[in-house]
Amino acid sequence: MSEAIKWSNDLRNTRKTGTIMGLFILRRFGVMLLTALCLTFVVFFLTNLYPNLEKLAKTQGNQRMSDEQVEAWLGNRGYLQPTLIKYGQWLGVAPGFSKTLDDGTFVGTCTRPGLTEDTTPRFCGILQGDWGYSTVFKDEVGTIVAKRLGNTGYLMMWVLILMVPSALLVGVLAGMREGSALDRSLSTFSIVTTATPEYVSGVIFIAVFTSSTVGLKWFKGTATQAMDNPTFENFFLPVLTIALYGMGYIARMTRASMTEVMTAQYIRTARLKGVSFPNIVMKHALRNALIAPFTVIMLQFPWLLNGVVIVETLFNYKGFGWALVQAAGNNDIQLLLAISVVSVFVVLITQLISDIGYVYLNPRIRIS
Amino acid sequence: MEPLTWTGSIAFLNPLLMIAIAALLVSIVIWIVGSIVLPEAPMSVNLDGTLSSGSGMRGLTQKALRYSFAACVALAVAYIVLGIVLGTSAGIIGAISQQFLPVWLSLIILYAMSIAFKRRLGLYGKLFDSPIGMIGFGLVMFWVFTGVFGALDLIVTHDPLSQVSGMKNKVPGTPLPSPEEGEYTWYLLGGDNLARDVFSRMVRGAWIVVQIAPLATLFAFMVGITLGLPAGYYGGRLDTFLSFLANLILAFPVILLFYLLVTPEIVATGVPNYMAAVLFVFPILFIGVLLNSRYYTRPNFRTPLLIGVLGVAIWFYLSLISTGGYIINTDSYRIWGLPTYLDLFDIPGGILVVFVSVVFVNSPTVFRIVRGLALDIKTRDYVAAAQTRGEGPWYIMLWEILPNARGPLIVDFCLRIGYTTILLGTLGFFGLGLPPESPDWGSTINEGRKLLSIYLHPALPPALALLSLVLGLNLLADGLREESLKD
Repeated sequence: MSEAIKWSNDLRNTRKTGTIMGLFILRRFGVMLLTALCLTFVVFFLTNLYPNLEKLAKTQGNQRMSDEQVEAWLGNRGYLQPTLIKYGQWLGVAPGFSKTLDDGTFVGTCTRPGLTEDTTPRFCGILQGDWGYSTVFKDEVGTIVAKRLGNTGYLMMWVLILMVPSALLVGVLAGMREGSALDRSLSTFSIVTTATPEYVSGVIFIAVFTSSTVGLKWFKGTATQAMDNPTFENFFLPVLTIALYGMGYIARMTRASMTEVMTAQYIRTARLKGVSFPNIVMKHALRNALIAPFTVIMLQFPWLLNGVVIVETLFNYKGFGWALVQAAGNNDIQLLLAISVVSVFVVLITQLISDIGYVYLNPRIRIS
Repeated sequence: MEPLTWTGSIAFLNPLLMIAIAALLVSIVIWIVGSIVLPEAPMSVNLDGTLSSGSGMRGLTQKALRYSFAACVALAVAYIVLGIVLGTSAGIIGAISQQFLPVWLSLIILYAMSIAFKRRLGLYGKLFDSPIGMIGFGLVMFWVFTGVFGALDLIVTHDPLSQVSGMKNKVPGTPLPSPEEGEYTWYLLGGDNLARDVFSRMVRGAWIVVQIAPLATLFAFMVGITLGLPAGYYGGRLDTFLSFLANLILAFPVILLFYLLVTPEIVATGVPNYMAAVLFVFPILFIGVLLNSRYYTRPNFRTPLLIGVLGVAIWFYLSLISTGGYIINTDSYRIWGLPTYLDLFDIPGGILVVFVSVVFVNSPTVFRIVRGLALDIKTRDYVAAAQTRGEGPWYIMLWEILPNARGPLIVDFCLRIGYTTILLGTLGFFGLGLPPESPDWGSTINEGRKLLSIYLHPALPPALALLSLVLGLNLLADGLREESLKD
């Protein structure tokens, strides 16, 4: 955030609004690319450690392969090249590995079912738009990620629709009169929600609302059907579980921001002028109080991503998080890399939006 | 043996508790609504110029709230006291409160001592001025005592790993089919899917959390402080580089990181041992620099002190990272470590990797907090005064900046222990790191959730335990923040 403020100060000094902001975004994109490169290399390195490759060979080939067989299997498929070369192949700056086995089958990093030796492209990295081939799902990584992201995107949309307005409402109501009865009860509520991780609240919700022991049976305990046919009954619990954990934090930040604004000089002036309390809150305080929560909501995305993984596992909803668990559990290298690229970009882009949004929303920085 | 009911012979308290809880809920609602609808209490000016306000309707709602809350607390205490006296004849509640007797006694002693001497105890004593802080501290200490006494075999009723045939998925209060002499006759909170005692597993799970979470947080703080102070104080290239590294780790989704680091395959490569060897250096660095910067003007005192302290610290460090005589022990190569006769303790690979990854995930956030505080505090006058005095940079960082940043750091420490507890639960929930039969709360929740629609009792106790511990830490942090702001 401080970086954004520094840049916006430059912006104020030079008054070349467009170019400076453009430079800022460009620089941030540069850092973002560097971060993504470093992170994917770390993931690449860890997934390509020999015990992991051995596990991959055994799950793909045969559980009872001998050590020599494992090594031959890995060598034939190009897994035993130096890590940097393999990373270059994944990026698409080094030509893909290919080999014709003794029995005549053609294998390599760029081969896909249906392609022959002649039609296989020489380069197949993300620069060519090829995200690789998933060894678990036996499909193109690009299509898998797109499909799973679609499912998760739908879940996240409802989470945000539920979480953001209610968190802001709770925070503003609690913060407008510090120390009041409403403040204390709403603050207690938000502390309790921040102390309840998804796997605890999810288990409690499933126990109370879906089990035959308690007998309420208001909702369904799994969201598997929600992928094709989302209804309130099978989709509300996962949404609520993610939203609750994130809500408490945003509400507390909103409350802090609101109490700070409510003690400001201009609010006191408005009160002394005789403006009614609802008017003060709605017209004077609210807009300033919502600047800080905006950045908090944006920075909340990485945590939501964690919640998504837990909730999708708990409710068996086959989205992005579920794919992450499957890919990591089976050492599906290319799927895991694609997933980490996507999640890293989600994190970094939300950080960028929060920085830029802060500059534009805050009149003290924008108008000078 | 008869199966136990929930309350047994003290069932007469149940309707009273129901009434008290209903009264509490109603009075909370009235209190909230009243604070919006009812007019504020009228103020009147007295002759001597002071103001006094009548209690009014609002005072009435507050009084109702206070009394109904007191009634609920009194009834809860009655359950526990009667339970301790009557034992199993007071049902499951009674039996459990009797099992927890050492915890109750320790809590009473701790609170009595702390409240008696609270004026002499600094920030810790001030905690007992804030009701929120007291409740939080009580919850936290409850689980700490439970963990410690559970490890001493005081609270647990059965071995948390042994299975008793015929007790699979049995409901709370089921008696054992053929109890042996001296064996506890009931499964107080029922049996899990493998016929183990849920109650004993929950108590033992507390010990795992109490062991790992505070220590891991402490290590994360050492790493974060040792790197964050120079980053904030010097700024420049060092800051850019360290901040980039921290942001790099923070951009990783935590669960992806866990799935990459905490697997048996990664343990086999020795990566966690390397990380442990690097991360555990920071406490030694921290202590060494801390003492050296303070006493370097008195070499006669400094040198023996450093040799003594660092000697012990390095010995601990080497025992921590070497297992069975090796630091790294993989199939392909090995690095010699401390010989086994000097090795104080061995940490199993599963625990070590969990510990290391939790420290690794937490330290960048601590780094950012410390860096921000250092950036803020280094512009203060007393830092300029120290610089003028000719103090070295490390003295200023560790003896001028750090003590003045302690307030926010202590609060964050409490919150972060809670977050670490949640992370440990997450690891258990995904079955990573700890052995599958381990009684930690995350693993138990994960096992219990599979049959959740039929049997609630295996999953709910650890879930509620984790919830109450983290809630306690959050409340404690809130109380500490309030009290430290009052200064």
